[in-house]
Amino acid sequence: MSIRGRAFIAGAFEHPGRRLPDISVAQIHAEAALGAVADAGLSLDDVDGLFTGRDAPGAGGLSLADYLGLRGLRYLDSTESGGASPLYHVGHAAAAIALGKCSIALVTLAGKARGHAFGGPSLPEDPFETVFGARPPLASYALAAQRHMYEFGTTSEQLAAVKVAASVHAQHNPHAFLRKQLTVADVLASPLVADPLHRDDCCVVTDGGGAVVVVSPEVAATLPRQSVKLLGHGEAVRHSNGGKVDVTVTAAAAAGPAALREAGVTPADIDYASLYDSFTIAVIEQLEDLGFCAKGEGGPFAADGGLIAPYGRLPFNTDGGGLCNNHPANRGGITKTIEAVRQLRGEANPGVQVPGCELALVSAIGGDLAARMRSAVLVLGREDA
Amino acid sequence: MTLPVPSPEISPELAEFWAATTEGRLLLRRCRACGEAIWYPRPPCPFCHSTDTVWEQAGGRGRIYTYTVVRRGIGPYKDAPYVLAYVELDEGPRVMTNIVDCDFGALEIGLPVEVTFRPAAEGAALPRFRPVS
Repeated sequence: MSIRGRAFIAGAFEHPGRRLPDISVAQIHAEAALGAVADAGLSLDDVDGLFTGRDAPGAGGLSLADYLGLRGLRYLDSTESGGASPLYHVGHAAAAIALGKCSIALVTLAGKARGHAFGGPSLPEDPFETVFGARPPLASYALAAQRHMYEFGTTSEQLAAVKVAASVHAQHNPHAFLRKQLTVADVLASPLVADPLHRDDCCVVTDGGGAVVVVSPEVAATLPRQSVKLLGHGEAVRHSNGGKVDVTVTAAAAAGPAALREAGVTPADIDYASLYDSFTIAVIEQLEDLGFCAKGEGGPFAADGGLIAPYGRLPFNTDGGGLCNNHPANRGGITKTIEAVRQLRGEANPGVQVPGCELALVSAIGGDLAARMRSAVLVLGREDA
Repeated sequence: MTLPVPSPEISPELAEFWAATTEGRLLLRRCRACGEAIWYPRPPCPFCHSTDTVWEQAGGRGRIYTYTVVRRGIGPYKDAPYVLAYVELDEGPRVMTNIVDCDFGALEIGLPVEVTFRPAAEGAALPRFRPVS
């Protein structure tokens, strides 16, 4: 396969401004985007892929997606390569389109170089969030937990059960940052950090890191170790949606089904899940949004022991997760992926290895829960899957 | 604690919004094409992508959609605790803000609140909310 003939540039627009003291960088991006989609005879509602560099406000194009009200994004790329970034983006967009990951990709570049030093643009949401002590990421998870409790009757005890399950698993991991097994009462006795979240609802803060190597099928076949097959992948964004924010639903509600569909499996087929656990409430919402239980039933799922390996309904984060084991650089995605690989290779710690583990799901969150976040989900299988 | 009042960065297209805050008025952006109220305010409509949007004065009342008492603040808010919330305005949008002049223990989702402006640096005041007395 190549990208030759698989993608076309259908619209292009150069902003007419050369001195723009009266509009923000976000607004220049917006005007450029509107011009390009209009040139193509399309609307921003048609855009399902967003490609941006460092000149776009916010991490990973997220603030721009919010500003523009892009709600159907299923592919994002924020490769930063200086002035050459848009060419990377066109090439990467073509690859994504060729694979069916998106079909209408928007590439934008904008900035105000006159009178401004090099550096990233300010965030358009800052004057309406940061000034009030938005306290990312902690407070957004607390706001979500409070509303989840109100709508669904979720309790602090149910949130604590997520931490307890992680701590049960961490006992088997000699490298875990926290190895002490906790009880629900322990978690509730820890100090409140942002009501209703207690300190023990939070992940650990650790140094460290990790890496994975992705290879072609031809290379995998030549290697001595058992590889893990990538079966499906999905991405999605949620943001403030012009003021219609809903903090009880994560972007996994869109990314999960996309990944499962590509893999050709259902939630019931999954043997093990790595679920992003920066805070306990994140696990509860992902369980629901990924389809492992109905909306609002994530709390009882955890409280009933459903997450505990090896025999719970859905063993999760068997390394102890971010809640007890490791959360290097305040980013949990790599450790989540690594533990899923261990499970599929049969190399998890013996006390928590899921017997006959053939299918695993990895779900990660980037950003503030629901309010402005990206989700990515992988479905992984054994090499012979 | 006495809440800090950080100065918002005033982007050029929102100068009118911030000027209104110094006069005790809360503005919303309204889309004339689809009719939606837009928050946070911006010129293009994030719902229908029309650029035909205008300022409209909000009533300044709403109810708490969700809230948290932040006990581990950072930056200007390091001297926690304080209340961070989303307030659902009567006009519909859910806006991030602080709840002030309140007893933390008396807060609950659905509580009626009204806007109160706290002067920041010259040219802006922060729209915070307090329980309706």
